[in-house]
Amino acid sequence: MLAAFVGFEVIRRVSPLLHTPLMSLTNALDAIAVVGAILLVGEHKSGLSTVLGTLAIVAATSNLVGGFLITDRMLKMFKASKTKKP
Amino acid sequence: MTSAQIIDHAIQIIYLISTALFILSLRWLSAPSTARRGVWAGEIGMALAIGATLLDRGIVDYTWIAIALAAGTLIGVPLGLVQMTAVPQRTALSHAFGALCVTLVGTAEFYQLTPHVPPFMMSVLSMEVILGSLTFTGSLMAAGKLQEVLPQRPITYKGQNIVNISLLAIAVAVAVYLVMHPDQTRLFPLIIAIPLLFGVLMIVPIGGADMPTVISLLNSYAGLSAAAMGFVLDSKLLIIAGALDGSSGFILSVIMSKAMNRSFTNVLFGAFGQVQASAAGAIEARSVHSASAEEAAAILGAANSVVIVPGYGMAVAQAQHKVRELYDALTKRGVDVKFGIHPVAGRMPGHMNVLLAEADIPYDRLLDMDAINPEFPQADVALIIGANDVTNPAARHDKSSPIYGMPILDVDKARTVMVIKRSLSPGFAGIDNELYYLDKTLMLFGDARAFVGDIVRQLTGEGHG
Repeated sequence: MLAAFVGFEVIRRVSPLLHTPLMSLTNALDAIAVVGAILLVGEHKSGLSTVLGTLAIVAATSNLVGGFLITDRMLKMFKASKTKKP
Repeated sequence: MTSAQIIDHAIQIIYLISTALFILSLRWLSAPSTARRGVWAGEIGMALAIGATLLDRGIVDYTWIAIALAAGTLIGVPLGLVQMTAVPQRTALSHAFGALCVTLVGTAEFYQLTPHVPPFMMSVLSMEVILGSLTFTGSLMAAGKLQEVLPQRPITYKGQNIVNISLLAIAVAVAVYLVMHPDQTRLFPLIIAIPLLFGVLMIVPIGGADMPTVISLLNSYAGLSAAAMGFVLDSKLLIIAGALDGSSGFILSVIMSKAMNRSFTNVLFGAFGQVQASAAGAIEARSVHSASAEEAAAILGAANSVVIVPGYGMAVAQAQHKVRELYDALTKRGVDVKFGIHPVAGRMPGHMNVLLAEADIPYDRLLDMDAINPEFPQADVALIIGANDVTNPAARHDKSSPIYGMPILDVDKARTVMVIKRSLSPGFAGIDNELYYLDKTLMLFGDARAFVGDIVRQLTGEGHG
């Protein structure tokens, strides 16, 4: 809980300039839900949980990979005027 | 300690490290200079957490895990490589995937635990599934509207809010009943199906210009459902990551709704898009001054300082690269060029910044509303490209205007105002913009990309000749 409040404060300080990357990054971090799905599939308790869990891993992993990738691509584009391209 | 216990402890410690890395990751994101480090921290945290989870003794079979991880990666890579103009719909789609994951896991957990689900567990489980499924369809709808496979126009009907709120109320009621009687397994599909329907209906009435708020809100729901899942699985890592996502979505939607002067309850209930049409139909007979690219170029070239105000129109016309050429041409002549960006410009928070950054415009030239407004009185020219309502001075003084009270960019305080626009048609709110009829306003009618291109040609042509 404490950590969530720290997070709240941290996010409030993100400048509007970076709101889009902020959203895609938190999305990628949200994909940590994959951990729950992995346990679910790995425990192999029932056919249903394996099927649902597998789909869940696919969904979360695509977010994870896609989210980090696009955030990095976006941030790469933000340049200060000093480091202007030739 | 046995080796199994050591592994268990190690897993917990790694989770703790991952949590810390996630928070650091967001912290570093607060400034562009450290932001990429933030992404790396997030990636390392994620890799550690997944690695640690794979060590869990509960896992007996890795086949499906491996297949699913591979399949997810295959889908994720193209989603990470979309064009920058497609980022809003990609984001909506990823909210949908995140919510889908959470809903599926929640469903599986329920059927594993039933019929003996403790009340607390059942409450968070219901919250997880309800939020997850409404976010899933809601985000799919939003993505569809943004991709323009669905009509962008808001679809409204009488009693819409009542229908929507009753649906949600029924879902909550069923959830409460399930908390008291968790053995009523057959009711469980209801708390998935009703929110799925609710998600669709919630987005149906929303127009394109409300998308920044909606996307932030769905972001927040997705995060909250993940946090609820964290409670179900008793995973602090998941609770914290979900809470971070939820609160970032929440903060963004508060910023967005403030920037549109909507009350926050208005936003929470998804009752957007209701203001339009109230002031439409007032056909204006007042005349405007229009100008050609040549005249515009002459004025811009002679200016000392220019503030460019981009809006969704720039994104639609894909004009950001032409705008960059204009920026270069003017800067070369010693003109001071800045960009004034309204919080809700575009289709998601920060949309304009990403597009302009893609076009290689240095980010220290991109100023948000509070920073740029004091600069307009000193600016020679305010050049508006595809923005409308966020520049309407009526928001400051006309109490009868639907957008009265909405914070705007004070472009009318600049010495000359230029507006690149296809026609005089009003913006999403259906409000005529009085800015266009001011004596100092020059209307530049045409496609944003073509027109900016023409201005650039005039400027550089003169420079070489």
